[in-house]
Amino acid sequence: MSTIVLLIITGLGLGALYFLVASGLSLIYGLMGVLNFAHGSFLTLGAFAGLEIARRMDGASWITLFASLVVGAVVGAVVAAATEFFLIRRLYNRHIEQVLVTVGLALATVALFDGIWGTDPTYVTGPAWFSETTEILGAKVPNDRFVLIIAAVLVLLGIVLFLKFTRFGLIIRAGVENRSMVTALGIDVRKAFTVVFAIGGAAAGLGGVLASHYFGYVSPQLGGSLLIFAFIVTVIGGLGSLAGAAIASALVAVLQQFANYYLGGTGDLTVVLLLAAVLLIRPTGLLGSKA
Amino acid sequence: MKLLTHMKPWMWWAVGGAIAVFAALLPLINLSIPGILPGPTYTPGTLQLLALALLFSSLALSYHLLFGVGGMLSFGHALYFALGAYGLGIVLKTTQLSLVPAMGLTVAAVICIAYLLGALSLRVTGISFAMVTLAFAQAGNVLVRRNPQITGGDEGLQLETQNVPDFLLGVLNTRNLYWVALALLIIVFIVVALFEHSRAGHVVTATRENELRVRVIGIRPFMVKLVTFSIASVLAALVGMVHLLLQSGVTARASSADFTLTILVIVVLGGVGSRWGAVVGAIVYTLLDQRLTALASSDAIAGLPAILRIPLSEPLFILGTLFILVVLFLPGGIAGAVQRMDKGGVRRNPAKETSSEIARDKIEEVT
Amino acid sequence: MTAPILRVEGLGARIAGQQVVESVTFEVPARGVTALLGRNGVGKTSTLKGILGLIERWGAVEFNGERIDNLATHRIIQSGIGYVPEDREVFASLSVAENMRLAERNGGPNRELVDELFPELLARAGQLAGTLSGGQQQMVSLARALVNDNTLLLIDEPTKGLAPLIVLDVTTALGRAAEAVPILLVEQNLQVVRALADTVVVLESGLVVFTGPANEFLDNEELTTELLGVHLTDVGATGDNA
Ligand SMILES: Nc1ncnc2c1ncn2[C@@H]1O[C@H](COP(=O)(O)OP(=O)(O)O)[C@@H](O)[C@H]1O
Ligand SMILES: [Mg+2]
Repeated sequence: MSTIVLLIITGLGLGALYFLVASGLSLIYGLMGVLNFAHGSFLTLGAFAGLEIARRMDGASWITLFASLVVGAVVGAVVAAATEFFLIRRLYNRHIEQVLVTVGLALATVALFDGIWGTDPTYVTGPAWFSETTEILGAKVPNDRFVLIIAAVLVLLGIVLFLKFTRFGLIIRAGVENRSMVTALGIDVRKAFTVVFAIGGAAAGLGGVLASHYFGYVSPQLGGSLLIFAFIVTVIGGLGSLAGAAIASALVAVLQQFANYYLGGTGDLTVVLLLAAVLLIRPTGLLGSKA
Repeated sequence: MKLLTHMKPWMWWAVGGAIAVFAALLPLINLSIPGILPGPTYTPGTLQLLALALLFSSLALSYHLLFGVGGMLSFGHALYFALGAYGLGIVLKTTQLSLVPAMGLTVAAVICIAYLLGALSLRVTGISFAMVTLAFAQAGNVLVRRNPQITGGDEGLQLETQNVPDFLLGVLNTRNLYWVALALLIIVFIVVALFEHSRAGHVVTATRENELRVRVIGIRPFMVKLVTFSIASVLAALVGMVHLLLQSGVTARASSADFTLTILVIVVLGGVGSRWGAVVGAIVYTLLDQRLTALASSDAIAGLPAILRIPLSEPLFILGTLFILVVLFLPGGIAGAVQRMDKGGVRRNPAKETSSEIARDKIEEVT
Repeated sequence: MTAPILRVEGLGARIAGQQVVESVTFEVPARGVTALLGRNGVGKTSTLKGILGLIERWGAVEFNGERIDNLATHRIIQSGIGYVPEDREVFASLSVAENMRLAERNGGPNRELVDELFPELLARAGQLAGTLSGGQQQMVSLARALVNDNTLLLIDEPTKGLAPLIVLDVTTALGRAAEAVPILLVEQNLQVVRALADTVVVLESGLVVFTGPANEFLDNEELTTELLGVHLTDVGATGDNA
């Protein structure tokens, strides 16, 4: 029992990270039809930004953690918005080229991170409470999992409220459904593009700082390895569906943990098999409408 | 000047043949191109590099078939390259088969896997297809790294030389491997060209342009896409096999997403939709990569301030940036630029338009 | 005779690399309803979309004396054109009120007129537009255009697929709107055309083949049969086959 509880909560913690990446991917894809390969780099950069803050402050305090989360999110948002504004926008409606630009950006930035921070992992320490455990139903759960889950839930809630109650949110929801009709109502939908990139970048940057605590280190590959699972999550959840991304994140990560524990470390393969199964049964994903 | 536009197909083949003959003679002559090649063309080091460029050309052509012709944006093409390399490596290690039967066995396995995974991936199109192929390739990468007793894991797999003919082994025989790579490139080029001009090729091109149209005239695009996918995969596997011989082994990087992205970069650099572009792109990329790596460790770079030194000492940073610039400012890549210069720079990407129009006409002809 | 509100000259358009409008030239007077007619698939919808820059287009389009053919769609709309697309294109996952909120520019100056024309929408403000009937969706689509102060409306087949009674409602609403704003109307139902249009422009294979007063065209059976493939006798003035 305690093992199961531990696996579920750890899985949800990992799922939280997937969601922080997948939510942005999904929003960006839903509105713009762009698959953003550079999203992993937003995450990595957020993690390194948080790391640099932590180095300059007292690494083990809560204030430092908070500051690094904020800085990670802000850096992620700014870099993502700049990416949209300077690179993606020039290729309006040319989806393949837009994907290619993000591919180039991913390659170039990972190499740049290699050059700046080195290819080896840089270890990260958080507040002491992070490495302690809390007992739930007999399971000793590392505390950082709770922070991850709460952060992801808050981000989900924040995005939902934003979509529901702001004008940009309205434009984004409408644009996901029918982008050209939004412009035919006299709205410059490109501003919403920058906004979704910024939101996605902020979530990814935040996810980067949290991931560095979950894994205990930052490396230039951090974002890329999470990105692949986030891709799988977005396909399983249904491209462009935020709720689908949330459900699939939890599902995929928990399944992965269980397979790793009970099936001899086959978590990654199980996830790919799940993807294959979903494609066979329901190619549009759990909650997707367009394939 | 509209030299290229007025060239008849047979002229292209004649020029191509002449270049092939010249390339075949390179190991026998003493040609030095300082700044581009590391040494004279007969030296093993240079031949090794050139052979690598030829292999990348073949690989780029196989990806051209998939993406440029078939419109299938795959992020998992490296998987089939890796299947060829690891498959052959493992067969040679674990069986007593000699080289050619071992290659045959590997090809058979690759056909089955490509057919299976292709059928699954092609249930979705566009961006979903890209992500799914990426996921499968990633699974392959995980398998390679998690099973070191079979694949050598992160260390890589050494070529078991016992059943490989002697003339393909050792530094002194690099030129033989170079010729093998050249022969493979010629074969792949011809296969791809023949496919593009076959009925299946026209159908898949038309499918890329307008799937609905193809459905309307009663052809199922799925099957012809799957065939294209499988051919491209087998060609990639063949390249992987020769790569195994050339490098005397294979590392896990061959199955990584980064490697697929490298192939994609090459094809886009050369010009999507152009066979010559794929070949030229691969040669430019390989030589540039080698030169940039040499530059990165040179004294000139080491002496620079950090803000210049760090980016310049990362070849992938420079290549990635170059790639972005090509996508933004050079539509059609190298091939597109050459074509525009030839035509005096009026129309954008005319090649694509005409090829799809021809394909459309052909489709209507056959139905 | 005042200057036309819209002048289209040599307009061509392309969808997915395929040319769908050859070269269209016509004018929309600054008053009343101009009907754009032609058989199915002749390029009427594409002409409207080309004017708005929703599809790749070339040629000259002059609105209010200003060239708009190089502007982005949202700028063209903002300059004072209301667009009611074929098949309504309401945002199904948004409520009626949200659909309206999205469309309103400068606070939606004509909200009273809209509420008066379509009282039903007020009652259904909170309902998701996707759950409305076809007629109600058409009202939302019309309301989105009428709520703003426009100087031209482009309306594409507003009565398509609607029940006869609703067709009447829509026709009435269009008549009211036309009192204030000139309209370029694509419409298959010739009764509606007869009731509303002053001028007709007829397209055939991507080209304009007839321009003139509506009555002159509608009363000429030979012309309507040849250009629209309908027999006017089938759609007699009071017929009920709408
Ligand atoms: N999305 C599309 N892709 C390709 N062809 C299209 C598309 N939409 C319309 N067409 C073609 O464009 C032509 C004109 O269509 P349209 O403007 O909708 O005509 P109309 O509104 O007069 O019925 C038709 O032949 C139609 O087949
Ligand atoms: Mg129409």
